[in-house]
Amino acid sequence: MSELKAELKVVEGSYAVAHAVKTCHPDVIAAYPITPQTHIAENLSQFNADGELGNCEYITVESEFSALSTLIGASATGARTYASTASQGLALMHEALFNAAGMRLPIVMTVANRALSAPLSIWNDQQDSIAQRDVGWIQLYAEDPQEAADMTPQAYKISEDRDVMTPAMICFDGFILTHVYEPVALLEEELTDEFLPPFNPEHILDPKNPETFGAFADPSIYTEFRYMQELGMREALKKIDPVAEEFREIYGRYYGGLLDEYRLDDAEIVLVAMGSIIGTIKDVIDEVRRDGIKAGLLKIRSFRPFPLDAVRKALKNAGIIVTLDKNISIGKCEGALCTEIKAALYNTRLDTPVVGYMLGHGGRDVPPEIIKKIINKATRSMKDGLTIESSYADLKEEFV
Amino acid sequence: MRLCIGGIVEPGTTLANKTGGWRSFKPEYHYERCTKCGLCELLCPESCVARGDEGYYEIDYDYCKGCGICAHECPTGTIEMVLEVK
Ligand code: SF4
Ligand code: SF4
Repeated sequence: MSELKAELKVVEGSYAVAHAVKTCHPDVIAAYPITPQTHIAENLSQFNADGELGNCEYITVESEFSALSTLIGASATGARTYASTASQGLALMHEALFNAAGMRLPIVMTVANRALSAPLSIWNDQQDSIAQRDVGWIQLYAEDPQEAADMTPQAYKISEDRDVMTPAMICFDGFILTHVYEPVALLEEELTDEFLPPFNPEHILDPKNPETFGAFADPSIYTEFRYMQELGMREALKKIDPVAEEFREIYGRYYGGLLDEYRLDDAEIVLVAMGSIIGTIKDVIDEVRRDGIKAGLLKIRSFRPFPLDAVRKALKNAGIIVTLDKNISIGKCEGALCTEIKAALYNTRLDTPVVGYMLGHGGRDVPPEIIKKIINKATRSMKDGLTIESSYADLKEEFV
Repeated sequence: MRLCIGGIVEPGTTLANKTGGWRSFKPEYHYERCTKCGLCELLCPESCVARGDEGYYEIDYDYCKGCGICAHECPTGTIEMVLEVK
C-alpha cells in the first residue's frame, strides 16, 4: 500500500464501508439487516436520517429478495444503487442476482462474508459469495476495511462503464473485517466526486420513451445475450487495473488491481488466497523467510472476472502452489480457488503441483501457526516430489 | 441485426412476433347464443378479443394463444375450443 494522504480515524469496518458508499452518492439504497452485515445498513440508515445522503431514497424491505428486486427496478431507471447482505440473505437473492446481471444493471453490493446453514453459523467464511460464482456478477475480495471502503467507488466506476454494465459484489470477511475497529482513511467526498463520474446509462426506463428490460429471448438469440455478458466481463478485466491506478492517483492508496503480489519474485512456495487471511499470510511469509524458506503470496482481488493471464504470469516460476480456501465444493473436497488455479495452469506447459487447503470455515480462527504448518508441509512435499490432494488444514479428526 | 445488451427492446416487437402460432386449440364463436355481455373481452389475458361492428366479439388470431379462458368463462357456452389444424 502506498503512502496515505488522508488523516486516519479509528472506526469499525462497517462504518468505513457505509461512509465510502455515502461519498458515492447513491440514489437508492435497499437493504435488509442480516448478521454480520447489519452495521453497514444501520450506518447508512443513520446517514439518511441525518440528511447526509442528499436525495437518496433508503427503502426498507421485508427480505433480501425484495431488496435486490427493488434495486433492479431502481437501477433500470438510471439510479445509482447500493445494497449489502450476507450468507442466507445472499442465497435468498440468488434468482434476482441473475436478473440484475442479465439486464446489465450495475448495482454495487457489499457482501459481509458468512457461512451458510445448516448447521447454523453466523461466523465468517466465503461459502456465500463463492456459491454465487456463476450469477454473472463481478466479485472483488478485500483484505481489510480500508480496501473494502476503497473498492466501493472503484466498483461503481468499473460496473457503470458503458462497456461493462455488470453488477459488482465487494466481498469482505464478516466480523473479522466488518466488526474490527482499526485506523482507516475515510473517503473524502470531493475526491470521490473527482474520481467517480455520475451514472449515465445508455438505456433507462422512461415512460416517455418506453423500453422493456430483460425481454423474452427464444433459443435463436439466448446464447448471444449470455455471450454479451461474457464480453462485459472481459471489458471489466481490462478496466480493473487502470481504475485501481486512477484511484491511486487521486487518493494515494493502492492494493493491486486484478491481483496483488507479496514477495513473489523469487518465491518457490506460492500461497494463493483472498480476503482477510492475506494479512496473516504476509506476516508468516516474513517469518519463514528469515529461516530461509522462499515463500511468497498471490492475492486474488478479482475472482470474477478471473484474471487468467495475470495468474499464469504470476505463477510461472513457482515450485509449488498452495491455495487457501474459506469454502468447499462438497463432493469434490476442494475449494474454489484450488479448482480455478489448477484449471488456469492446465493448458500451459507448467506442471507445478497445486495443493489445496481449506480452513477457517464457520468462523474458525486462522492463526499464523497453521499457515506455517502448511508452508512446512509444502516445503517437504516439494523436496520429496509428493503429491498432496486437497484437504482441510484445521479439521479436528477426533470429532468425526 | 444487432442485439442490445440486457435484452432491452423498444415497444411493439410483437407486431413482428405473431404469438398466435403457439396455439393448439382455437376458440370459435357460435354467435346465436351470445348475449354480448363482454366477459370474453374482459377476461382474455392477451387482450386479443375486441367488440366488432354488430356488438359481437371477435378474436385476433394472430395473438390468441388458445388458453381457453374465454370459452371457460363465457356464461352462455358461445365459445367452443376446437383443435387447431394447419
Ligand atoms: S383462447 Fe385465451 S387468448 Fe384466445 S381469445 Fe380466448 S382468452 Fe383470449
Ligand atoms: S362471454 Fe360469451 S356471451 Fe359474453 S360476449 Fe363473450 S361470447 Fe358473448
